[in-house]
Amino acid sequence: MARMTMIEAIRDAMDVMMARDDRVVVFGEDVGYFGGVFRCTAGLQQKYGKTRCFDAPISESGIVGTAIGMATYGLRPCIEIQFADYMYPAYDQIVSEAARLRYRSNGEFTCPLVIRMPTGGGIFGGQTHSQSPEALFTHVAGLKTVVPSNPYDAKGLLIAAIEDPDPVIFLEPKRLYNGPFDGHHDRPVTPWSKHDLGEVPAGHFTHPLGKASVVREGSAMTVLAYGTMVYVAQAAAAETGIDAEIIDLRTLVPLDMDTIATSVRKTGRCVIVHEATLTSGFGAELAALVQEACFFQLEAPITRVTGWDTPYPHAQEWDYFPGPARVGRALVETMEA
Amino acid sequence: MNDFRPLTLHVPEPAVRPGGTPDFSNVKIPKAGAVPRPEVNANPEDIRDLAFSIIRVLNRAGEAVGPWAGLLSDEELVEGMRNMMTLRTFDARMLIAQRQGKTSFYMQHLGEEAISCAFRKALSSGDMNFPTYRQAGLLIASGYPMVDMMCQVYSNSRDPLKGRQLPVMYSSKEHGFFTISGNLATQYVQAVGWAMASAIRNDTKIAAAWIGDGSTAESDFHAALVFASTYKAPVILNIVNNQWAISTFQGIARGGAGTFAARGLGFGIPSLRVDGNDYLAVYAVAKWAAERARRNLGPTLVEYVTYRAGAHSTSDDPSAYRPKTESDAWPLGDPIIRLKNHLIVRGVWSEERHKQAEAEILDTVIAAQKEAESYGTLHAGGKPSARDMFEGVYAEMPPHLRRQRQQAGV
Repeated sequence: MARMTMIEAIRDAMDVMMARDDRVVVFGEDVGYFGGVFRCTAGLQQKYGKTRCFDAPISESGIVGTAIGMATYGLRPCIEIQFADYMYPAYDQIVSEAARLRYRSNGEFTCPLVIRMPTGGGIFGGQTHSQSPEALFTHVAGLKTVVPSNPYDAKGLLIAAIEDPDPVIFLEPKRLYNGPFDGHHDRPVTPWSKHDLGEVPAGHFTHPLGKASVVREGSAMTVLAYGTMVYVAQAAAAETGIDAEIIDLRTLVPLDMDTIATSVRKTGRCVIVHEATLTSGFGAELAALVQEACFFQLEAPITRVTGWDTPYPHAQEWDYFPGPARVGRALVETMEA
Repeated sequence: MNDFRPLTLHVPEPAVRPGGTPDFSNVKIPKAGAVPRPEVNANPEDIRDLAFSIIRVLNRAGEAVGPWAGLLSDEELVEGMRNMMTLRTFDARMLIAQRQGKTSFYMQHLGEEAISCAFRKALSSGDMNFPTYRQAGLLIASGYPMVDMMCQVYSNSRDPLKGRQLPVMYSSKEHGFFTISGNLATQYVQAVGWAMASAIRNDTKIAAAWIGDGSTAESDFHAALVFASTYKAPVILNIVNNQWAISTFQGIARGGAGTFAARGLGFGIPSLRVDGNDYLAVYAVAKWAAERARRNLGPTLVEYVTYRAGAHSTSDDPSAYRPKTESDAWPLGDPIIRLKNHLIVRGVWSEERHKQAEAEILDTVIAAQKEAESYGTLHAGGKPSARDMFEGVYAEMPPHLRRQRQQAGV
C-alpha cells in the first residue's frame, strides 16, 4: 500500500499494465517526454521507451484514429485527450468507428482501447476546460464509460479498462486529481495523503466495470452521483443531517442498476447529481431507469441537481457548479415532498 | 471610403454539364514510359516531379514500355485480366439484383477495376488494406469467396456480417481487408495507426490506406498524412481520383491547387501519380511503394488517375450532373480493354480467348449467385436471426442489452 494522489494512481495503473503487457502503448499530446500536462504519464517514456509512450501531433481525430488502427492490429492503446472539452474532433472516430468495429465486422475486428480524458469543472476552467461530456458517450452503443472519484478506484478501474476487450471512455475529474473536493471552494483542499481512499495497493488489481460503490449507507433517500459530485453529496448530507445513501456509480455504461434499484426501493426517494448540463444529461437516463424500476416504492419525485443548461462560464464558476448548498436544498425538498 | 470593389465568392464548376460535349483537354497525359523510376530510397525532395506527372506503362499500341514495365509474367497478367473481368461481371450481376429488388443497394467499380485488382498483387499475406466501398477488387484478387461477397450484399442467412451492414461494406481480416465504414476517410488514419503498430512490434507487415478524391477534403485525410509523416509509418496512402464525388467534380475537393498527389509533398511524403486504368502501371507503383514501406523508408502517397464510369451507386443518376458520354471521352480509356490489347500484343490472349473467358466468368458468377440466393435475399428466403442484432455490440452482452433482447422477444 502507498499513499497516492489520483494522478499518481492513474500513472501507476499505466505503469503496472505497461510492465505486464507489452501491447500496452500510451500516447497523446505532451504525454511522452514531458509526462503530460497533469503529470499522469510522467516517467513512462523514460521507463518504457519512445515506442511505448510518445508525444502525438495536436490532432484528436488522429490520436484516436491511429489508436483504433493499433487496437485492430492487436495492441492495447491507452491514449489521452488533453481535456474532455477537446474530444469533439475525435467524436466521429469514437462513435462511428471505435464503438462499432466489433459489431459491424461481426467480431473480426475489435477495439480494446482506453481513451483517458480529464473532465469536469470547479477549477475556473471556463468553457473549454470544464465540460462533462459523459452523456455524449453513454448514448453510444458499443462504448463503456467510466468516471472514478478517488485514487484507489482510479487505479483499479483504469487497469480493468485497459484489460477490457471493448473501447472504454475513461473520464478523470481533474478537480479530484490532487485531493477530494466537496464544493466548498472557500476552504483549503485536503490532499489525498490525508484521505483513506488515497491508500492504493501496489501492483495489479482491478475494480470490475459495471459495479457501483455505496459510499455512505443511509435510509432516508438515495443519492446517485459520480466524480466530484460524490464529495459534494457527502457534504450536503452531512450539512443537512439527512440520512442519505450515497452511491458512487463509477461506471455509467454498463450501469449497476441492481445496486441503484435495491437502494431506492429501500429509501423511497432519489436525488441525482452531476456537473453536466441538465437537458438530456445522464441524469435523465438515471431518472427514467429509477422510475421504471422503483415506481411503486417512490414517495417523492426524482430530483436532478446538475449544471445549468448553459456553456460553462468563467466568472460565475460557483453559481454554475452544483455545490453543497444547492444539493443540500434538493435533499431537504425531496424529504419534504 | 473603400478602394476595393465588392468581394465575390469563387465556386468551381466542371468544364461540361449535361447536354455539353465532354472535354478532357485539361488532363495532361504524358506518353507511356516517359516518367522515370527512381530508387525506392530516393530523397523525397528529388522526386517531386512524380506528383505532377502520370506514370504509365501501356502505350496506344498496347505495348509495355519504359522503366516501370517488365514486372509481371504472362500468367500474372492473365490472372489480373480475369480478376478485373470477374469484378466487372460481379458488379453487373449485383446491379441487376438490386434492380430486381433482391437487395437495397449496390456500388459498382466500372472503370476502376485495375486499381484494386493490381494493387492487391503487390501486397503480401498479413498486410492490411483499409479500403473504401469501391475496392472490392482487393477481395477478388485475394481469392475471397464470391459467394460470401454476394451473401453480404443480400444480407441473407449466410451473410458473414449477420445482416448488420449495408451491402458492399465487406470485412475480411483473413484476406487483409479491413471492415468498411460508411463514414468517409475514417479508415485512412486507422491504416496509419495499424502501420505504426506493426513498426512498434518490429513486425514486417505493412498497411494500405484508401480514399477517394472527394474524401480527401475530410479532416482525417490531413490527420493521416501528419501521423504517417511524423512516425514514418509503413503505409501506402492511396487516393483514387475518379474525378467525381457523387455529383461533385474533383475541383470542389482540390481547391484548384496542383494534384491530389501534391498534397503529400507538404508532409515530406514521396508522392506519385499513376495511370489508374493501366494494370501494369498500378502494379509497378504499388510494388515500389510497398518496398519502401517494407524497407522502413516510410509512407508513400499514390494518386490513381481514373474515371468513375458508372453511377455513384444504385441510388444515383449521373446524367443529372455530367454528360452521358463523358466516360467514352476519358483519355485513359478502359482498363480491361487496355490490358486485353496488351495481352494480345504479347501473344498470350486473343479475341476468341477473351470471349471464352467472358463466358466462363459469367457462368462462374451466375453459379455463385445461384448459391448465394439459395441462402436468401434481403426480402425473401433465409435471413439472419433477430438475436444476431443484439450480439457483438460488446464482447459480453451487458445486462441492459440482455433485457432489451428479452423485450424484443428473441
